[in-house]
Amino acid sequence: MRAVGIILEGGKSEKLKDLLVKRGIPAMPVGGSYRAIDFTLSNMANSGINKVAVINQYNCRSLLDHLSSAKWWDLGRKQGGLFVFSPYISNNNPFGYRGTADAIYRNINFLKRSNEPFVIIASGDDIYKMDYNKVLEYHQQKQADITIVCKDLKGKDVSDYGVMILDEDNRLKEFEEKPLDPQSSIISLGIYVIQRTLLIKLLEDIVSEGRFDIVNDLIVRYRRKLKIYGCPFEDYWRSIRTTESYFDVNMDFLKKDVRDLFLNQYPYIATKVKDEPPAKYNPGACVKDCLVGGGSIINGCAEKSVLFRKVFTGTNSYIKNSVIMEGTYIGNNCRIEYAILDKEVVVSDGRELIGTKGNPIILKKGSVI
Amino acid sequence: MHKKEIISMLLAGGQGSRLGILTKNLAKPAVTFGGKYRIIDFALSNCINSGIDTVGVLTQYEPLRLNQHIGIGIPWDLDRKSGGVTILSPYVKEQEGAWYSGTANAIYQNIKFIDNYNPEYVLILSGDHIYKMDYSKMLDFHKENNCDATIAVLEIPIEEAHRFGIMNTGEGDRIIEFEEKPKNPKSNLASMGIYIFTWKKLRQALIDDNARHEDSDFGKHIIPTMLENQDRVYAYRFKDYWKDVGTIESYWQANMELIETLPSFNLYEEFWKFYTNLDYQTPQYIGEEAEVQKCIISEGCEIYGTVINSVLGPGVYIEKGAVIKDSIVMANTVVKAGAVLDRCIVAENCIINEKVRIGEGENIPNEKKPSIYNTGISVVGENTTVPEGVWIGKNCVVYGETTHEHYVNGRLESGASLILEGVEA
Repeated sequence: MRAVGIILEGGKSEKLKDLLVKRGIPAMPVGGSYRAIDFTLSNMANSGINKVAVINQYNCRSLLDHLSSAKWWDLGRKQGGLFVFSPYISNNNPFGYRGTADAIYRNINFLKRSNEPFVIIASGDDIYKMDYNKVLEYHQQKQADITIVCKDLKGKDVSDYGVMILDEDNRLKEFEEKPLDPQSSIISLGIYVIQRTLLIKLLEDIVSEGRFDIVNDLIVRYRRKLKIYGCPFEDYWRSIRTTESYFDVNMDFLKKDVRDLFLNQYPYIATKVKDEPPAKYNPGACVKDCLVGGGSIINGCAEKSVLFRKVFTGTNSYIKNSVIMEGTYIGNNCRIEYAILDKEVVVSDGRELIGTKGNPIILKKGSVI
Repeated sequence: MHKKEIISMLLAGGQGSRLGILTKNLAKPAVTFGGKYRIIDFALSNCINSGIDTVGVLTQYEPLRLNQHIGIGIPWDLDRKSGGVTILSPYVKEQEGAWYSGTANAIYQNIKFIDNYNPEYVLILSGDHIYKMDYSKMLDFHKENNCDATIAVLEIPIEEAHRFGIMNTGEGDRIIEFEEKPKNPKSNLASMGIYIFTWKKLRQALIDDNARHEDSDFGKHIIPTMLENQDRVYAYRFKDYWKDVGTIESYWQANMELIETLPSFNLYEEFWKFYTNLDYQTPQYIGEEAEVQKCIISEGCEIYGTVINSVLGPGVYIEKGAVIKDSIVMANTVVKAGAVLDRCIVAENCIINEKVRIGEGENIPNEKKPSIYNTGISVVGENTTVPEGVWIGKNCVVYGETTHEHYVNGRLESGASLILEGVEA
């Protein structure tokens, strides 16, 4: 691969409420065994990129724990490998990263010390499977300065995204971040291809002017000066910025086509190996339409739910339409519907937790009820 | 090379012929167990969990799968700058080349490997057993008693003692006599095939014995000689679960014990994990019409049918209407709609087609290998295809890409074998 990868932490969405108290979006558990960043990181590794930087800022303990070894993504290498950059305070820079462009700029040596001609920048927040080689090919074919991977959301609400207006050749005409009155349904997926030397130059230019944001200060400001193209992506792509979308994405894994895409078709999504034993179903277990992670022990009923690794459910307990994260313990005779139980929650015998589709019950990591 | 206090030598060259078709193309330590594991994982995990970071794995019979599985030892944290795991296969020497002709001979041929680490002690293990053991405690025992050799023993019912190597002990469990499969056992302490030797002592014993026996063996030669010489040989009593899964029936039994609500062998202990080489962490999916009860199911399985009292390896696909009962199904096997498996072992990468029925009929021992297949369990070897609608009885063996032509009236009667490629099971 002739590119290095940079994975940015998308943001601090307030809409995920209690689920983000202990972690940033890239560290959100998704699909029974994974964290959100596994998708982008595996995409990078599977596209043959062997030098990847993860730049994070918010509450990074959880992410650092997850990335403590790079070998699960085949990125534990002497040539390249995985780099994790967290902000630090120095004399001339007493702040955290002042924006996405600043985050890369402050680690510009990563780019300067590379010799790959291209850079792939992606957000670590989103759930998708993509071969970046195809985007790179498209980028070269269009002789673009910057290529932005985009998706037509066709009629869905796009007001929370960067909205792009493209000409018939897919060249970017207008770009509006979180528009109140969107003029298009094509959104940026926050995945960029750019020549490495050009990126270094642009970053040095804009940061010296006191500008720090990729979207506003690079894309919007340079949309006419540079040849910026949109590269349409048709496959599954979801963000998990709201409780609702987080819940829906997990439930998507109960669909055969989504499972086939992410779980059954090569190349696979890799994640930190935890060496859990097989899941165990005891007499009285009744499990229908569920995703179950390794090391779980099931004594009760579960339906239309995603159970992560090492979940324990007691006898006669009933779980429906819920997301139960790793290490959560559910006692006997419990009833749980439309709930998101974060990691290591303990639900005592006989408790009922009934939410609704639009308003699931959320229990913080480690809660005991 | 840095000096190591103790290194481990793991004997993994055995064929395990009593496992029949299961060890046709792979050594017994490489046979899968408990869904996602292979038998050797238990000894390797015990090593790292006991703080032993240098392991030589001695291979001989069909080593390919074992070599691939172990690799450079990453899953067991045995990828080390100093030590780690090393595969030791027989090799050609200046004057001669020799296979490993006995357990002690295998160690004798690797004296140079051991000398590299200049260890005080050597732990000899076999890659055939299922157990959880902290070898560091056994080493403490060895040091406390100032032993030349320590042999781990299990207290077994005296009526079974005639099938084991039995240690007769004196004061403080010092071994005074060793009897292989005695007719009239004097004790119930059975050797588990786990030894700690003080390396200097063993090194000399191996060299001496090699001059006398060319098939030098620990049980037959080394231990009896050490006892004759009045060396300090002690029995270390092990009280926990230990299983030799040497036969089809004991292999099946040991797997089935794992599905008990409170299994006697606990895989779920957080601080004594068992590690294995599995390249994906995919969750499993249990379908809308599936029924799963009293079973363990590994990563990446998709279950649309019924699975009861069974053990499933990773990536197994059970279609709607299929029924798996009292069976072991290994990695990446597909069982299609309406197939019924009862008391079967189906090895890796098999395709059991629609409406196949296996494990029905009379319990007639296998006609060719009655000593191997005689408890009603039918076995399907790896990479085997069973065509649609075929009926297969008990104690049967099927191996190869079989088609309807191979079955008389679509049936394989109890006790029959169907092994393609003209190779004996």
